[in-house]
Amino acid sequence: MKRVKRRYLAVRLELDGVVSEKEFMDAVWGSVTRLYGEVGASLTSMALISFDVSCNVAVVRTSLEMLDAVRASLACISCVAGREAAVHVLSVSGTIKSLFERF
Amino acid sequence: MKRLFVDLHLSFFQKDPKSFQHTIQRAANFGYHYVSASFSSEPSSEEVENLRVMCKNVGVEPVLRLDLRPRNENELMHNLRRLRRKFDVICVFCDSKVISRQAAKDRRVDLLNFPNFDYRRRFFDRSEAELASSSGLAALEIDVRPLFVLEGSMRTRFLSCLRREVVIARAFGVPLVVSSGVSEERFMRLPREMASLAHLFGVGVREALDAVSVNPLAIVLRNRGKLCDDFIAPGVRLVREGDGL
Repeated sequence: MKRVKRRYLAVRLELDGVVSEKEFMDAVWGSVTRLYGEVGASLTSMALISFDVSCNVAVVRTSLEMLDAVRASLACISCVAGREAAVHVLSVSGTIKSLFERF
Repeated sequence: MKRLFVDLHLSFFQKDPKSFQHTIQRAANFGYHYVSASFSSEPSSEEVENLRVMCKNVGVEPVLRLDLRPRNENELMHNLRRLRRKFDVICVFCDSKVISRQAAKDRRVDLLNFPNFDYRRRFFDRSEAELASSSGLAALEIDVRPLFVLEGSMRTRFLSCLRREVVIARAFGVPLVVSSGVSEERFMRLPREMASLAHLFGVGVREALDAVSVNPLAIVLRNRGKLCDDFIAPGVRLVREGDGL
């Protein structure tokens, strides 16, 4: 069976205050689903790897073939948990190790 | 070679110079090298000087942009004649078919922008693209702001229009320029995020990156070249003046 290639994205959430992991991922899944539908969202294989509440930086995993779709969906987020927000991709990497080395 | 990123549509300056200061600071942090200030009329020399100082302080290059919203062809031609040489970039907001056709065939127009929230008045069809490509200079400007503010079927319709326009622009060789079009700081995005948003309307990664760097930069540099004192005609430049015979 062909191995699924993955990419890890370090993203910074920009908003006033703090949000929980669940609120953040709800916003991300919501954006992906609105743009690509439920089938498209299921193809992303997205998962939250880590979320640092103190500096609002998260690491999200996705499949390589849906990377562009996930990036577009992240860029479209303008609201998290009812608050104005923006999500910026800091770095993209093939392994978690190299991702943490980069930033 | 490192890409120089350009945002040609920040709609702030004349409304609120103070917030524009924050905006260009943010744009500099985001990695933009050129940021435009949109004017709807001729700016005073003091305004231009303030803009230059503000941009110099944060390390971005200012681009003077004129937004024209003419009511008819004559008004468009009159404004182009009067203001072309005072701005780096001229964008025409095409609210009617007559204006969009006139703007497309006029070599003095750099950007064609169409109403974002009324898909019936987006007149970028094959005829428009043909005119724009035969004039050889006008580019299609796409603002990404509606992607943040529209939802549901409206956004679907908007993306569908953009996808069709991108295909037409590509077929006729009309350059694409992706701009933010924002008036609020929270909608500002990194250049690569702007490029990834272009993925939503069928633009490939490299083409999208060109739309936020190479294409807008080419417009700015071409016009600045023309505004130089030594410019005679495209491809002809004054090297030095003779002593006279």
